Amino acid sequence: MKKRRERIDRGIKVRSEDVYALVSWREMLYLAGPRLLPAAAFLLLPFFLGPYWQKVMISVAVFALLAISWDMLAQTGIISLGQALFFGMGAYVSGILNIYFGMPPWITIPIATVSGGAICTLILRPVLRLRGIYFSMVTLIVPLMLVRIIEATKIFGGTEGLSGMTPLPSTRVEIYLVTVVLLGVLFGLRRLMETDYGLVLKGIRDNDRSVTNAGINIYWFKTQALFIASTIGAFAGAFMTHVYMFVGMPVFALDYSILPMAAAVVGGGGTFAGATLGAVILVPMSEALRGIGGLRIVMYGLFLVVFTVAIPEGLFDYIQRKYHQMERWVEIDQ
Amino acid sequence: MFAGTLVFALINSSILILLALGFNLTFGISGVANFAYGALYVMSAYLSWTMLNLLHLPFWASAALSIVFAMISGALMYRFVLLRVRGQALSEVIATFGIGLSILEVFRYLGLVGFEYTLPVFWNESVMIAGAYVDIQRIVIVLIALALVLGLWLFTHFTSTGLAFRGIAQDERTALTFGIDSDRIATLSVSFGAGLAAIAATIVIPLGSIAPDEGYDVLIKALAVCIIGGLGSTGGVIVAGIIIGFAERFTDTYIGSHWTMIVSLAAILLVLAIKPSGLFGHQKELEERI
Amino acid sequence: MNVPAMLQVENVSKLFGRVAAVDRLSCEVRSGELVGVIGPNGSGKTTLVNLISGFIKPTSGRILYNGRDITHTAPHNIVGMGISRTFQMVRPFYQLPAYKNMIIPLYSPRVRQMAGGRYGDRNAVALDLLEEVGFERDANVAYKPAGTLPQGYLKRLELAKAIALSPHLLILDELFSGMSLAEVASVVPVIEKLRMAGKTIIMIEHRLKELFRIADRIMVLNYGRKIADGSASEVMESDEVKKAYLGSEE
Repeated sequence: MKKRRERIDRGIKVRSEDVYALVSWREMLYLAGPRLLPAAAFLLLPFFLGPYWQKVMISVAVFALLAISWDMLAQTGIISLGQALFFGMGAYVSGILNIYFGMPPWITIPIATVSGGAICTLILRPVLRLRGIYFSMVTLIVPLMLVRIIEATKIFGGTEGLSGMTPLPSTRVEIYLVTVVLLGVLFGLRRLMETDYGLVLKGIRDNDRSVTNAGINIYWFKTQALFIASTIGAFAGAFMTHVYMFVGMPVFALDYSILPMAAAVVGGGGTFAGATLGAVILVPMSEALRGIGGLRIVMYGLFLVVFTVAIPEGLFDYIQRKYHQMERWVEIDQ
Repeated sequence: MFAGTLVFALINSSILILLALGFNLTFGISGVANFAYGALYVMSAYLSWTMLNLLHLPFWASAALSIVFAMISGALMYRFVLLRVRGQALSEVIATFGIGLSILEVFRYLGLVGFEYTLPVFWNESVMIAGAYVDIQRIVIVLIALALVLGLWLFTHFTSTGLAFRGIAQDERTALTFGIDSDRIATLSVSFGAGLAAIAATIVIPLGSIAPDEGYDVLIKALAVCIIGGLGSTGGVIVAGIIIGFAERFTDTYIGSHWTMIVSLAAILLVLAIKPSGLFGHQKELEERI
Repeated sequence: MNVPAMLQVENVSKLFGRVAAVDRLSCEVRSGELVGVIGPNGSGKTTLVNLISGFIKPTSGRILYNGRDITHTAPHNIVGMGISRTFQMVRPFYQLPAYKNMIIPLYSPRVRQMAGGRYGDRNAVALDLLEEVGFERDANVAYKPAGTLPQGYLKRLELAKAIALSPHLLILDELFSGMSLAEVASVVPVIEKLRMAGKTIIMIEHRLKELFRIADRIMVLNYGRKIADGSASEVMESDEVKKAYLGSEE
């Protein structure tokens, strides 16, 4: 008697499809749970954590934002190897506005977010026409170049950077600000990609010739996606400037480009939640492993390899599948 | 000063060309992304050093063994990693970059940095050319670069394996119908590319010392030369190597060493913006896809 | 009549390296015509379509649409002007249902422009258009993932996407290939309806019998050059056309 493994949707998934979910509380909980629980966790956890882990949580949220930004571009078919550009741009604008113009954080952060995003979009726009891998290489190079330029011209504090920014009122405020933004961006973007607009963006990734043939200017849409992603990254940078009260060349470091990508790869691209999950896993893990110093990057590297090769859909997809489907052994009819 | 700068610019160009050859073979000519290139370069250098200083093997044996080891590493990397993500450009890049990253950071962690970590030069003498002292090692570099470029060109244009290398980049399906085992060819390509990296390391490292950061630098330089020259074009590698080599050297002499990297990077951006397939590149952006 | 033709292709050549896919080709399409373009494989038919629709640029020559030079216009703008084409190799978004595939063309600025500034209910329009091209509404074919549909439906989906853009000039690249006779028979009325609405149509085809029934005029290409241009019977009598298809006796 031969058996095979079969995967079918769980009963409760089928029952909670579409409007039928309103039939009972259990079904509604089944749908709402996965969304409410993490959100609640993010919002309540700060009360239970000591100051060190609160800082870690902030870090998680920041990298999650960068990972979500990466995911956004990836869903449009743009692979960015330089998230650090968005992060660093937002960081510097915010720092400059604060130090040179004396603006308080609640003004510098919004301005830096939008203008940082705009500047990055303007910089990268001319190269959007390039075929995938060439664009990616440019994104890798631009932050490196900016570091050298700052080093050579010594502007904006040069190698020492700028320090002494106005801090945010308290760690609590820091955590909640970034968490609320994270949750807003996460759920907002998920919504956005479900709309027809999101369909166009995903279409550009899958078959851009077809989208062009539909009379849509794909470069304009790619620019929009780039702006959204770079704004999110710029916020992360602008925010961190006020948390660390420092901005310097390290904001364009490879770390800020690689870790978000690794998070998205580990958690699974295409869902934003996967990117967040990846950050939630990788950032605390790398903190906990701080003891082994440089080997952390070795770990990221290995993660990247293992996940890209063996688990390309990422962990979130795996978890989602387990939640929605069950497996069982079924006899094969001979 | 001008003549001296000219001479060193030529040498610099040769170094760049030498570094880019292996990468061009794998990525440009065969279409397989190997972003662990820099790591393989550094790894084979450390290996040579180990065999030379800890096992006390003669120089030629160490060099030869490290080259062979690099080639085997390349082949293994293809078999176990690249094979599974073949065709998805991004995954190839991420996976190989991850490997390269891991290798380089392990070396950094082991702290093998310092002036004692270097390879010996071939001849410890200098010659006077155009008013500047040029060490023989640098001349050797230029000669070997020329020889390898010529050899590679002949290989990829006149031997069946070399032609197969080009075939699988142009159109893998067609290559398959010709009986070319694209996986075997790609393995060879990654392997040869790694071997070339090892050769380059053996000759260029003696000018300085081995350091993990070299790995990233080499990767970026090789990438720069290949992109500007046009992926797949040996002639392009030469021209790009000359352009960047000269630009770097002259910037260093007349403007300031901080700006050399900026010049190279700006050159890449400029070329990518104007002619993305590089100066001599074959890929046309949209036309092929219709 | 001295009204200039809707589409004028003037001495257009396209070289790929040394190969001339299209070789000094000139032709005209008048408003309201249905022109068939035929020729052996590799004669440059699809390249011609790519040139007209702006996906590739000619090496030399000009293309005029209603008197306007569109030689170097970007493809999405050409669609905006009213030229719409289908692709020979259909590649829909396989995991999406058929009607969702229509959403992207319906999101086009041209659709909003033609509808007077508002998009309307895209889903409803999509379902209506699909029904018109033969997606049986009662069998809910439009809701099936595109990857599960046979070629005949995919081709009609492609047609529907092109029609959704309200073109004045519709170019169909091998629409009938892969369709059964019944499917062709269901599509021909759609084409007739478009003609009656005043659309101009260019059809690249290999299925000559079906094409000759509906075309006003036939153009024959060979090796990138136009070798005949006239009514179906004229063109099939031409020695050169016979040579192109059947080879000569030398």
